[in-house]
Amino acid sequence: MKRRVAIVGAGITLFRRRMLESPKELSFEASKMALDSAGLTLKDIQSVVSGSAPDAFDGVHMKGEYYLDGMGAIGKPHQRVYVGGGTGVFTPVGGWWNVASGLYDTCLCVAEEKMSPLHPHPQYAFWSIFDQILERPLGTTLLWIFSLEMRRYMHKYGIKEEEIAEVAVKNKGNAIDHPSAQLGARISVDDVMRSEPICEPVKRLDVSPPSDGAAAVILASEKVAKKLTDQPVWLDGVGWTLDSTHWTNRDLAYPEYVEKAAKMAYKMAGIKNPRKEIEVAEPYDPFDYKELHHLEGLQLAGKGEAPKMTVDGVTQRDGDLPVCPSGGLLGVGNPIAAAGMMKICEIFWQLRGEAGKRQVKKDARTGLAQAWGDLMQVGTVTVMRS
Amino acid sequence: MPFQIGIAGVGYAGFDSMTPGLSTRELMFEAATRAYEDAGIDPRKDVQSFVCCTEDFWEGISITDEYMPDQLGAVLRPLCTISSDGIIGLATACMHIMSGIADVAVVESHSKISDVVNPDEIASFGYDPIYTHHHFDADPRFLAGMEMARYLRDTGTKREHCAQVAVKNKKNALSNSRGVHGADIDKGTVMNSQSVASPLTELESSKGIDGSIVFVLASAQKARKLGHDTVWIKGIGWSSDTPVVEDRDFARAEYVEQAAARAYKMANVRSPASYFDLAEVDDTYSYKELQSIEALKLAAKGKAGKMVDMGTFDRDGRLPVNASGGSLGVGHLLEATGLHRTLEAVLQLRGQAGRLQVPRAMRALVQSWRGIPTATGAVAVLGN
Repeated sequence: MKRRVAIVGAGITLFRRRMLESPKELSFEASKMALDSAGLTLKDIQSVVSGSAPDAFDGVHMKGEYYLDGMGAIGKPHQRVYVGGGTGVFTPVGGWWNVASGLYDTCLCVAEEKMSPLHPHPQYAFWSIFDQILERPLGTTLLWIFSLEMRRYMHKYGIKEEEIAEVAVKNKGNAIDHPSAQLGARISVDDVMRSEPICEPVKRLDVSPPSDGAAAVILASEKVAKKLTDQPVWLDGVGWTLDSTHWTNRDLAYPEYVEKAAKMAYKMAGIKNPRKEIEVAEPYDPFDYKELHHLEGLQLAGKGEAPKMTVDGVTQRDGDLPVCPSGGLLGVGNPIAAAGMMKICEIFWQLRGEAGKRQVKKDARTGLAQAWGDLMQVGTVTVMRS
Repeated sequence: MPFQIGIAGVGYAGFDSMTPGLSTRELMFEAATRAYEDAGIDPRKDVQSFVCCTEDFWEGISITDEYMPDQLGAVLRPLCTISSDGIIGLATACMHIMSGIADVAVVESHSKISDVVNPDEIASFGYDPIYTHHHFDADPRFLAGMEMARYLRDTGTKREHCAQVAVKNKKNALSNSRGVHGADIDKGTVMNSQSVASPLTELESSKGIDGSIVFVLASAQKARKLGHDTVWIKGIGWSSDTPVVEDRDFARAEYVEQAAARAYKMANVRSPASYFDLAEVDDTYSYKELQSIEALKLAAKGKAGKMVDMGTFDRDGRLPVNASGGSLGVGHLLEATGLHRTLEAVLQLRGQAGRLQVPRAMRALVQSWRGIPTATGAVAVLGN
């Protein structure tokens, strides 16, 4: 029954710390750009899937209802899919099932995030992701649990902070070539090491910024896609997995939930040897060590081996496995759901050879995007082919 | 090939004004355990996708899917949240089955409204943050009052007709073991109860209750294997009108018209008014039932009021509507409301509705609305 699904257009707004545009307007800009790039209008769109992370950022209840006119969902079947930080990559997965099921032929997928309305800092929204009884009284922040995870990862495999810092150097450097980027910069490992400690071992330059922004793609069934473009990018594999709520009982050194999600997507796409078959990857990098962590979960690096790959330059744009050629969340910015969708857009442009200065050296035909979220708990993965 | 997804199992827990003995997660566990038992499946082996329908603000948690996997038996499995009504969750599970990623999919939704200290305030946060929310220090149901007034004016429906909906549904709920707000009252009592936002009164406005509902859906082939009392989803549709309340036609529920058109097309329903043996439709507020009946084409425009007065929609009438007692009689379950209506219809089609049973029930229609200030709704066509 399953039908092949293609991405036929993509659009993205600027990523900035504070955008003047409302969530509706950001959604509008991204979906208009995606429609224009595919040569379509709203009339051609049969269904809409949207993604946005906690409503607490905007302080709007049922945010999926609030912004739906901005993206063009009036009078259409609209679903808001939601898996925390994994939402961005999951939004086109929602589009995938709309089309693959045969229910709709075209689906507009929009991810929007506006973190800036929350004062004094967007991080406060994350206090309310923790268990009301056991964790909130501790005043827990996300940075605490990341520092625990980073330290555990370093301890288990004997990894140095300097090796992890190489990821921040690479991604912020790559972002200089991204027109939407918020924090593109040429920095050194030393800069990262000397940046202000936030929650040791996590330092200022190890972390992606809070951002506002939106991104969108258009999905179409095989028949429609072939009429629209000579260069469809096929969404051949999708996978997602949620681990237990009890993150304190998890192996913090290895993301098993990412492995399971990846294996689901690889199986669907018929990928047997990911390290050989995936030619460009956009794993989720809200922190520099997370890119490494995720490369291992995605089976693109052996356990504890991703830092060496990075130090050796394998993951550079001209390397054997370019990783985050966009600049990732560390460089382009991290408007949560929109950041995941930015990764989908990047692989779309890379596989079409439309990434401009960001184009990877090798002739990449198969790419991957991945996001992660919740209480270090969810993995979402897509495999794309040109 | 006609569209057909099997409802292989259903379970529920709660259905009370307060459930102080159970946490949300425990309510879910009880409902899920019963649903899995009903379907004869082991969630750890037999289910490929889990869908939860929740909204953060109702839960008091940001990113509520974090707290869903364990009690559903879904750890390290594909689980996701759809921030919407349960029928849209059912549609999601249908698409997972149709696209081949699942043979069996589970849908859960719940309400733990008794934990919410300030439900009116939470509802107010649904209004536009710039144009509406901060300008009205009013009961958030003011929009329902305005919509009701417009509906009455444009359709010529009488105030008493709306009151009759509340009388009928609360009476029906007296025979329902899940009914929390059942009552034997007359129209005068309804109309003279405290005003919410004129003309809407308190007895015409449904009240929140706690509960969790879990559905097990299966592909046609798998459902036949699991096979007892299978009810089939034959068509499903959902739609949203503009979120800008000032731009809507208050007299009509356009989102229901659109959602119904999609569901009817899938199920090949040509004349809905004579097709169904029963319907469970939105009655969050009394007038909503009439407005929805018209949007679903179960009655001509402006005729639903007279029909409810004549008894057409009574349990022993020509087309029983909300024979269960609906949201007015049973109680409102937030995003689980669509699943509640589906649950009542499934029990009817299985012949397990007890004192509520409508004789010879073979085809049922269910419809839900996400509540103020949204204009999003979903429709499903069910059959034996």
